[in-house]
Amino acid sequence: MLEMFKRAPQGPLDYSRRLWLRFFAAAIFVLLYLPIFTLVIFSFNDSKRNVVWRGFTTKYYEKAWNNDSLIEAFVNSITIAVASTIVSTILGAMIAILLWRFRFPFKAAYEGFMALPIVIPEICMGVAMLAFFSRVTGYPTGWMWPFNLSAITAAHIAFTFPFVAIVIRARMAGFNRELEEASKDLGANEWQTFWNVIFPYMRPGVVAGALLAFTLSLDDFVITFFTSGPDTLTFPVKVYSMVRFSVTPEVNAASTILVIITVVLTLIAMRLQAPDKTEVA
Amino acid sequence: MIPGTAWLVLFFLAPLAIIWAISFGENTSLVKTEITGTLDNYWRALSDVVYLKIIWKSLWISLLSTALCLAIAYPISFLISFAKDKWKPLLLMIVILPFWINLLIRTYALIAVFRTRGFANFGLEWIYNTLQLDHLFGAFEPLPLLYNNFAVIAGLVYVFMPFMVLPLYASIERLDKSYLEASLDLGASQSRTFWSVTVPLTMPGIVSGLILVFIPMLGSFLTPDLLGGTNAQMIGNVIERQFKAANDWPFGAALSFLLMYVTFGALAIRSVLSGRKSGMEV
Repeated sequence: MLEMFKRAPQGPLDYSRRLWLRFFAAAIFVLLYLPIFTLVIFSFNDSKRNVVWRGFTTKYYEKAWNNDSLIEAFVNSITIAVASTIVSTILGAMIAILLWRFRFPFKAAYEGFMALPIVIPEICMGVAMLAFFSRVTGYPTGWMWPFNLSAITAAHIAFTFPFVAIVIRARMAGFNRELEEASKDLGANEWQTFWNVIFPYMRPGVVAGALLAFTLSLDDFVITFFTSGPDTLTFPVKVYSMVRFSVTPEVNAASTILVIITVVLTLIAMRLQAPDKTEVA
Repeated sequence: MIPGTAWLVLFFLAPLAIIWAISFGENTSLVKTEITGTLDNYWRALSDVVYLKIIWKSLWISLLSTALCLAIAYPISFLISFAKDKWKPLLLMIVILPFWINLLIRTYALIAVFRTRGFANFGLEWIYNTLQLDHLFGAFEPLPLLYNNFAVIAGLVYVFMPFMVLPLYASIERLDKSYLEASLDLGASQSRTFWSVTVPLTMPGIVSGLILVFIPMLGSFLTPDLLGGTNAQMIGNVIERQFKAANDWPFGAALSFLLMYVTFGALAIRSVLSGRKSGMEV
């Protein structure tokens, strides 16, 4: 291990200082971000065609803002994301506590079942939702807003809360069980112990899980694409139909807004999870 | 504790069960599907040359893209794991952040790169003209980068590579670095150490990563749809068509359950391999 801390010369295990490895990683990082950056930059391009820079403009943001169906889709997306985040955070937290706290028969199988929505191909879940809501259950359509979004919201909850459960469970792995025993020793009941001892520790995980659920719901295309009807467009589904139709800076502008929202939320979620790692280490 | 289970049973298991049931049915009219217990849909998927070709193509495209992901993600995970502790979170974040950006938007961004008058061709033309190859071979012809298998593979690798880094990083990080020192000390070369020590010891992470990336790739719909066009369809596109335009739900259901069985198979392989690994370590 000593070699790793020497400044120079390069030790045999100093792989992070190998020049070719650094160049390789730098090239990959650039390739990862270049398409996204160009997408963002060209949303300000004063040209219908997306290739040559013709000067700065925000007119495509105005155009996107004045596009009623785009705004409607955006409001739908946010509504679905908020509703499914609330429900999936509660469900996910309950499952996380169940898996963290209790032993029961077939626990491994139960955990596998909970992870199923995460691992199966999205398209399978999408078509299952389509069949479930449209033909088989006769789920009512044509309800007034926002209740017409309930089918999509239910589907989103089904695939987001297992993620929430995983995040909260990971957080709880670092919890010192002695604190709980101490609390009970000092006369607190189960309920008081939960809210005063366990929950404050759990909170960063809950917030991170909620942000994750929000991002997942806001971003989901495939499952929503199959569940949504003509009057329940979401933002990604609307952007998809715009992309199919034509590649214009207006799509770039709409995408840029979504990218900014998800990046900000993800960064907050990652920051909240970060102290967890240092505490364990 | 019960609500979560109930939700999953009602809004996940029940829909899947319905699809499973439909896969044994046949269309009796435009909007009616009768479940007759027939195996015709599976038989059709596995005997019709058109669909066999698409299944085969989905498999090789996914396998090749998964392998490329491993080839790119391993050095990156290796670098991050050997980087200074204060850089690790930042480097990991740089790799993982794109994964949280909308799949549709990332795929859309690639269209602008790959199309005939896109950034990739622009870059190539610039290099071509700078090297003055146009005097030798004539004017630059833009390469057809979009709407073919190349675009789909590049798109899949681009979209799923960050997902590969996580399990790889976790297993390289867990690797006891003194084994590497011992190997080098005992006279093995760097490459021998890598192939005989590092790779076998990080095999659980490699297997995990391969399977975690292979499953969503095989079932991907958006990437082949937007980047592949009609020339490079994968099984996901066929499923989508059965449920939307072609309106043949039983056949689409059978195809999606074939996809599910492959998924379960891959997951079973993973648990067997990781189980054996941990058994050896004990």
